[in-house]
This record gives sequence, structure tokens and C-alpha cells, in this order.
Amino acid sequence: MILLATLLVLAVAALGWWLARRRARQVELRAHGHRDRLHSRPVYHGLYVAIWTGVPALLLLLAWIVVQGPVLDALLLSSLPQDVVRGLDENARAVLLNEIKTRAAGNALPGQPAPYVLEAVQRLLRWRAIADMAALALSLAVALAGLAFSWRRLSPSFRARKAVERAFTWLMLLCASLAVLTTVGIVLSLIFETMRFFTMVPLSEFLFGLRWEPQIAFRPDQVASSGAFGMIPVFAGTLLISAIALGFAVPVGLLSAIYLAEFASGRFRAVAKPTLEFLAGIPTVVYGFFAILTVAPAIKRFGEALGIAAAPNSALAAGLVMGIMLIPFISSLSDDALAAVPNALREGSIGLGATRAETIRHVLLPAALPGIMAGVLLAASRAIGETMIVVMAAGIIATLTLNPFEAVTTVTVQIVTLLIGDTEFDNPKTLAAFALGFVLFLVTLALNMLSMHIVRKYREQYD
Amino acid sequence: MTDRTEQKPSETAKDATAENAAADIDANGRIDWHSPQMLARLRRRHAANRRMKFIGLAAILLAAGLLSILVGSLLKSGLPAFRQTFITLEFDLKPELVKPDNMRRGKWRKIVKEGLLRALPEDMRNNRKLKRKVLKIVSRSAPYALRDHVMKNPHLVGRIIPFDVLASDPYDQFNKGLLPEYVGAGERKRPNPKLGGPEVVRAFRVLKEQKRVSLPFNWGLFFNADSRLPEAAGLAGAIVGSFLTLLVTFLISFPTGILAAIYLEEFAPKNRFTDFVEININNLAAVPSVVFGLLGLSLFIGFFGVPRSTPLVGGMVLSLMTLPTIIIATRAALKAVPPSLREAALGVGASHHQMVFHHVLPVAMPGILTGAIIGMAQALGETAPLLLVGMNAFIPDISNMGITEPATALPTQIYSWADSPERGFVSRTAAAILVLLGFLLAMNTLAIWLRQRYSTKW
Amino acid sequence: MTMTKNRDITRQAATTNDVASPVCGGECKFITRDVNVFYGEKQAIFDVSLDIPDRSVMALIGPSGCGKSTYLRCLNRMNDLIDICRVEGTFLLDGEDIYSGAIDPVLLRARVGMVFQKPNPFPKSIYENVAYGPRIHGLAKNKADLDEIVETSLRKAALWEEVKDRLDAPGTGLSGGQQQRLCIARAIATRPEVILMDEPASALDPIATARIEELIDELKENYCIVIVTHSMQQAARVSDRTAFFHLGRLIEEGPTEQIFTAPREKQTQDYITGRYG
Repeated sequence: MILLATLLVLAVAALGWWLARRRARQVELRAHGHRDRLHSRPVYHGLYVAIWTGVPALLLLLAWIVVQGPVLDALLLSSLPQDVVRGLDENARAVLLNEIKTRAAGNALPGQPAPYVLEAVQRLLRWRAIADMAALALSLAVALAGLAFSWRRLSPSFRARKAVERAFTWLMLLCASLAVLTTVGIVLSLIFETMRFFTMVPLSEFLFGLRWEPQIAFRPDQVASSGAFGMIPVFAGTLLISAIALGFAVPVGLLSAIYLAEFASGRFRAVAKPTLEFLAGIPTVVYGFFAILTVAPAIKRFGEALGIAAAPNSALAAGLVMGIMLIPFISSLSDDALAAVPNALREGSIGLGATRAETIRHVLLPAALPGIMAGVLLAASRAIGETMIVVMAAGIIATLTLNPFEAVTTVTVQIVTLLIGDTEFDNPKTLAAFALGFVLFLVTLALNMLSMHIVRKYREQYD
Repeated sequence: MTDRTEQKPSETAKDATAENAAADIDANGRIDWHSPQMLARLRRRHAANRRMKFIGLAAILLAAGLLSILVGSLLKSGLPAFRQTFITLEFDLKPELVKPDNMRRGKWRKIVKEGLLRALPEDMRNNRKLKRKVLKIVSRSAPYALRDHVMKNPHLVGRIIPFDVLASDPYDQFNKGLLPEYVGAGERKRPNPKLGGPEVVRAFRVLKEQKRVSLPFNWGLFFNADSRLPEAAGLAGAIVGSFLTLLVTFLISFPTGILAAIYLEEFAPKNRFTDFVEININNLAAVPSVVFGLLGLSLFIGFFGVPRSTPLVGGMVLSLMTLPTIIIATRAALKAVPPSLREAALGVGASHHQMVFHHVLPVAMPGILTGAIIGMAQALGETAPLLLVGMNAFIPDISNMGITEPATALPTQIYSWADSPERGFVSRTAAAILVLLGFLLAMNTLAIWLRQRYSTKW
Repeated sequence: MTMTKNRDITRQAATTNDVASPVCGGECKFITRDVNVFYGEKQAIFDVSLDIPDRSVMALIGPSGCGKSTYLRCLNRMNDLIDICRVEGTFLLDGEDIYSGAIDPVLLRARVGMVFQKPNPFPKSIYENVAYGPRIHGLAKNKADLDEIVETSLRKAALWEEVKDRLDAPGTGLSGGQQQRLCIARAIATRPEVILMDEPASALDPIATARIEELIDELKENYCIVIVTHSMQQAARVSDRTAFFHLGRLIEEGPTEQIFTAPREKQTQDYITGRYG
């Protein structure tokens, strides 16, 4: 029904566009360069009318979609027999509403419904029909009103182009604001769910607790029904894996970049650069599979050779594979940083009789250091936020350890395992995922901002 | 001069004494560059230079080696899955077993079993042990495949028809030489239990001698829906799901991204708000993808009530992630359009809007498209946010897929398969990754081609 | 490195004794013969033969793109840094072929210092900028020695008085003219025999330019200086001999007064009278 209304509104808008353009054309032909000359081309007259016809009506429909559900829910609840509703808490009400809606959609549910549910289903269907008709009628009315209003404003001297361009500017501004809205959305949704989490689990336990055992009880009398939500071991695991990854990727990536930028021939670079770029674009789920397919068994064998028992999902395996993933990333950013050092410095040093290596150590690396630092910070942010590799290759149990052959878990692993298959946001287990996500967002945000700050200062130095 | 001496004593002391013997200076104040010390020092310096070059090369080779191990191990385990073992058998469609009036009730397992036994020699046919286990050779999906075939062609009932059935996963692997006939070593050596016993292996050998076993290209990998049975599982659902998701992503992020970039590049006044938007965009590009998943879960699904697991919600989340890429690429493309073109447009009386939309935008389009394709390629590989919004549904039937129906996508399918214990799924996961990488390579090549084909030198 | 068979043959023919050096008596610092330089397929310098006397200033002039900078960069093998660049011909520094295996380009560049068009101090302190060359070549016995080298070099570059109180300040913080003198001090610090200057004053204002020119005049007491300039007035003011390049060929070379007052070639005359440039 909403779809039909949308199509009808669009059709009316198209009609308005056609009518207005035709009228403007006729005026144009008649006047032909005299006093009645049009200010704007006919197409702008058409667009002007179309915008006034379409946009308000479509906005109305959008608002209707958002509001209709909650309003009908409230009406439905208040229409149910008082004695049924009174004894129920919020969750039970939601379950009841859900049952009514599922039956209204024609889906079977086990058990025989209570008579008041069947009545409610009938009522809901009736109300929905009324609401849909109302939406259709109202949106059409708004569309026609817009058409009439804009039609009356049209005249040869009317500045339709200005009006249309103003509308376009607003549209563009709206699109540009979407980036801000996304950030606001992220922050708000994380804060909202995190606050709910902290009504159930004290902040001090989350920040300083040494145990992370996010079980929830199926029965209230179950042992360990409360669970433990101390994020320290989870963060320690994240840091351990990230440290292994960076400890491996930073030297290898940086040295590769140095070779590529300062020693390699042009032909070698021409092959290596695009290859690196493609490798940087390999999805991380691929690296995750590589970790369980090849690297983890290899590390297990390696551990056995050393006489160390390595867990099949050891921190070392996850960290190394994450390191492999980061090599192209770090190498490409370091290469950019080295390439940004003015060639004059390179020539100045070589011209004094320095070797390539001396030039790199004493002149180029110090000059490129801010750029390289910024790249390493970005890589650290990626390592901490990286999800699929650790979900597939790291552990689920939070262990507080520094031994790289043991399994540890990470923030992102916990977020994914806590939320997969779960949509009810009413228990500490799922809400804990949002609290972790909020901390993750803050940490990566800080790293990104720091990196951007360094880059900006660095750019000023050479411009 | 004095304060310098105090500031860096250690560094200069090391420089001057340990490393540096001072040079011989002749009467003219000229340095004897060929003195023994100088030449020895020169050798050391060149050795250090070679050392650094060598270490750099070693780092590159290490990186390249690791990445080729990655690709190599994917190819090694993935390539076999591009072929699939089939067994050609004749099936006697006796009406009492087929039950023509209600074929779904037909005894299809029995028909398949008889078909297998028919092909075997007399002595094997009567082996009771083999009779019990002979069905291990073919896929558990074979009876359903045969049933569907007959239901489509009812005139076959009562006849004896030849039909290709899928081999079971263990026999598929065995046929490809990936599953050993015996496990254990020495005294512990015993027949591989996955193959169901030596009789069954012998029967399979007989079928092979009769040229009934074939290993054609595995079209099922691309055209079958997902299945719990590795030999029958295919990527069709995931490919369609990914396509629908990317469609939603593109429809949202492409126009929005372009309009946002045009505003920021061509119209926005330089003020705090614009700066704030810029910082936001750069930041969004570096926010972990799993956080976008949380956003989708709590805002789109929880608050706006977008149906879970669907390409619609997946595409919405991915479009927010792709937006920064498209905006940044579009701005770069707009910046590359020379001022002379803008001045020419304004000079003939175009308004600012007309100049941008009629002249600048078309010229910048190839660059914008390149950026959009690269953004789409990133979106195609994203996994974590899709997992959080539930886009890892099990889709055994692809007949009713839509943007508001539960679906899966290529990367989430890879994740689900990687989690399955069957050996056949290891191979299929690797094959699915190869398919995904193939798509990515194609998209990247297209982007590079676009950039080169339409790049204008100003 | 760019070694061609062609050049090996030339080298056999041209040893020190064979090459007559009419212009500078016994004191020729550089003798170059039949120099050809290619960038990929494109030839940038054609058959240039030029002798450069010691303890004097040789100016290379000509319209932009004439190959004078390319020729200059051959003298301390800076063109080795460019992959596609190929150098043919003979370059003798004090009778030694600088492109033979016997001379290490690293040592050559210490002996033949270079000052670039745009001042390019390293992002280090003033002191470290000057100390860089002596450090890498190991020219100082100890800290005091190094301090002395730095001071002498800065004095010779006429910069000491201006920076002696802030040797720890970054070299990039100096003014353009000071930066260029710092670069000259940096080049002097390795006690070179030749200083190559590639349009050293083109990025500077007239006052700074005048200081650099004075400096060049003082330095020629001890060094052989080759300077590329696009300004004919500058060439006339600072140089003893002038070479005029055009389209990759050496058109004419001689004492500066003669080139500017009585050029033998018409092209030279056209250039110095401003017909093209």
C-alpha cells in the first residue's frame, strides 16, 4: 500500500513536471524574446513543480512508516482487556504483541490462541487497512496541494532556476551531513546500549574485573547465573595479538617499503606496487581461513618441535596472520611517506658522498618518520579493530596470559560471539557486546585522530 | 660551540673515536682519499649499504613468500573443488517403488540402492555387508535428485533410465586422491572408516573400471544452493545474496556520496561545520567494520525495524562504510578537473550549479566510477558487519530471494563453510574464496582499465 | 651503473697524455671529451668536449633545456641516480677517469661537492647539517676536531657570525639565502676539490644573490668551481671562463670577457644580446 502511494505520488510529480514545462514552453514560444521573456528555462519550471509535488508527500510517507508501527502497538495494547495487560511487564507485553503480529501475518504458531488474541488480530488487520488508506489519501492530497501551490507561483519572471538550485544545495548538504549522522548514530546507539549495560553490571567491574565469563542463566537458580564482565583479560588478549601482528608487520613492511622506494628498479616497482595494493584489498575472512588451514597447524607443529604445547587457536597464529595482512598496508603507507620526502634532500645527501644506506638512515627516515608513525598508528587501529581473522583463528575463552602459544580472546571476537544469532537486547550478555564496542570505538577513534593530527602537522612542514 | 659539547657527548665520542680515524691531510689541505684507513672505511660503508639493501630485499621476499604460501595453499585445497565426482547408473523406475500418484512418498533410496547393486557383479551384489553400506558411495542427496528428475519427466516411470548421481563427499575426495584408503601406520594401519569398509571401496573400484565414475567441471559450485552435504553445496545463494546486498549499497552510497562530495568540494563555505564534516569522513573510513555492524544491529534492526538477515539491512550497513571511500574518490576526481574548464563554463553564462552538473561532473565521472568500484570491491569482502546483522542465513533454496528475504553473502558463506567439520567443506571454502578473489580481481581490473581508458591529461 | 662498450673504447684512446689541454696549461682539473648523454631514447648532450681549469670559476650558460645542468651532474656522477640516463665519453679528474671502476662514486662526490638550485638543508640542526659529510666520511678525529671543521666551513661560507649562537636551531629555519650558504658550508666541510653549483642563486632575492656571488669569488682561491646559471650578468660577474651550451651542444668556450665582448659564434652573440633565451 505504501509502495502504491509512493508510486502515485511520483506519478503526480511527473505529471506536474510535464505540465509546468509545457506551459513554460508555450510562453517562451509566444513571447519570443519580448517583454514576457522567461527568467528560467522551461525545464526548471518543471523541476520546481515536481519538487514541490513530490518531496513533501514522500517525506510524509516516510514519517508515516516510522510512526505507524509504534502507534498501532500502543493502540493495540490499550484495546486489550485490562486484566490481561495489567499483570505483564514490558518484555511480556512485547512477546504478546509479537504473537498478535505473527498471527496477523498469517504465520502459524504452536498452541491455541486465547480469544482476546484472535480479536486483537482482527482489530490489527482492520486498523492497518484504515491506516494504509489514510496514508494513501493523505499523501496524494499533500502532493496535489504542492502541485497547486507551486503552479500558482509560476510566472514568466519567476526565478525557478534559483529555487530548484536552492533545493539541490539543500539535498547535497543533507548528503554531506550523512557522514556526521552516521557518527552520531554510532555514538548514540553505542552509548544507549552501554548505559543499559551499566544498569546491570557496575562500571568498576567492567573496567577492572579480571574475569570475563559472559554466561546468562536459563533458569534463575542455575550456578554461575550472574556471569562475570571484567574486560581486562579481553583487552589483554587484544593487545597481545595486536602486538604480535605489529611486531611482525612493522619491520617487514617498513623494510620492504625502504627497498621499494630507494633500491628497487623502476620495473620492479611497477610490478610490486599494484600487487601490494591488490593484496591490501584481500578480505580478512580469507586471511582467517588461511590461519586455520595452514598457519595454526604449522605453529602447533613448531611448538611440538620446541616441546611447547601450542593451542590450536594460539595467539601466535592469529597475530602472525594479522601481521601478514598488515604488511601491504604498512608498506604502502611507509612508501608514501618516503616518497613524500623531497628529492632535493636525497640528492643533497648523495651529492655529499653518502651511500644510499647512509642517506636512508640519517636523512630520509628522520624526515619520513611522522608519516611512518601515522601509518603505524593506523595499522594499530586496524589490528585492534580487526574482526574476522581473530573470530576464526583466536579463542573464545578469555585467558589472562602473555604466552603466545596459548589461546586468548579479543574484543571483536567477544562482540561477534555474543551477538551472533541473538537479537534480544535485554540481558547483560548481549549488552556487554555494545559496551565492548563502545570501548573499541573510543580506542580506535583516538588512534585515528592522533594519526590524522601527525599527518596534518607533517604536511605543513613540507608545503 | 661549548653548549653543543655538553649536549651530545656520547654520540660524538662514539663517532670520533671508535669509528672514525681522522683522514690524512696533505700540505695543500687536501685529503688523501686513498689512504688505507679511508679505503677500509669505504669498504665498511659499502658493506653496510649492501647489508641494508639485502635486508630490504629479504623483507620483500619474506612478504612475497608468505603471500604466495597463502595463495598456494588456497589453490591447493580449493582447485579440486572445481571438479566433482559423478557416478552414472541405470535406475529401474518400477511403479511400485516410484508410486506415480504421489512421488514424494516413493522409495527413492531403495531405487538408488538397486541401481548401485545392478551395476556390480553377481558376487558383490549378494554380499550382505556390502548391501547394507553400498549407499555410502553416493551422496545422500542422490535420491532427491533422482526424484526431482522423474517428477519433471513422469513418462519415465516404468523404464530403466541412465542418470548421473553425485558421489558422496568421502568418495569424491577418495576419487580425487585426497582421502587415503587406509589410516594409521604400521600395526595400527586400518581401512579408513569414512569410506565405509573395504567392500565398499572394492565396489567403487568396480564402478570405476566400468567407466561409470566421471570427474567433470563442478557447475554445481556456482548454480547449487547451500546444503548440509558438502558435495551438493553451492554458492548460488551467496552470489545472489552478495549481488542484492551490493545493489542496495550502490543505490544508497553512490548518489549520496557523489552529492556529498560535490557539496564539500564545490559549494561548501570554509567554516567549522565543513571542517567537522571532513574530519568525520576521514574518521569513518578508519572505524572498525564491526562497529558498523553494531550500528546496524541497534539502529536499523532494533530501532527502525528493518528486517534482520536481509540484503536490505546488510546493504544499508555496507553503504555507510562505502560512503567515505566514494566521497574521497569523488573529491579527488573533482579536484583534478582544471580551472580553465570551470572558467569557460562560467564565461558562457552558466550558473554555478550548471557549471558543476553540466561540465565538471561528466569530466570527473571516470574517476568517480573508479572510486565507486573500489568501494564496492571493499564492500563485497566485508564480513563482520554482515555477521552481526545476521546475514549468514542457511539458504537451501534460492527460488524466493529478495532484498527483504533472509539471505547470505559470499564472505559470510565462506565463514559458515569454514566452520563446518566435513572435509569437503574445507575444499569448498577454499574454492569459494577463489571465486570471491576472482570477483575482486575482476572489479579491480575494471577500475584500473577505466582509469587508464578515460584518464585525461590536462 | 651505465657502462657502454662504446665508452670503453673511447677511454682506451684518451689517456691523460693524449689529451691536449690548451686552455689551462698544466692546471686542468677536469678534462672531458666527446660527452654524449641519453635519457632513454632521447639524446640530451651531443659530443661535448670541455676543459675546466683549477682555482677558477667556469660558468655554463645557455637557454633552459640546453643540457648545461645535465653536463654538470655528470661531473660528480649524480646522473647515476636516474635509471634511464646513459653517459658516454671521457671524464678525467686530475687525470683519473671518474667513470672507470677505479673511482668510487661515493669518494668522487666527496671530492666534487655540489650545491643545488633550491636550498636543501636536511631537517636537522645547523651543526648537524655541516657535520654530516665529515661524519660519514670519517674526517674528524674527535669532537673538537669536528667542531673545528664545522666552524671553519661556516666561516668560509660567510655564515659563522650569523649562526654561531644557534647551532642547535634547525637548518630549515634559516632564511633562503642563509640556507643556501649553509648548503655551501655543508659542501665545503668534506674538503672538496671541486664545487659544482646548479643555479645556486635562482631562488634567492638580489641581496642574498650578491652575498653568494661574493662568496664564490672568495672560494675560487682554493677550489675549482663550476657554476650553471641562467643569468648572463651573473656569469659575467663571477666567472673566469664561460661555456655556452645550446640544444645539447657546446657552441663556444673561452675567457669570459671574450665570450661577452667578442663571441666567435653568431648563436652566442644572439644569446648574449638577448635575441632568445
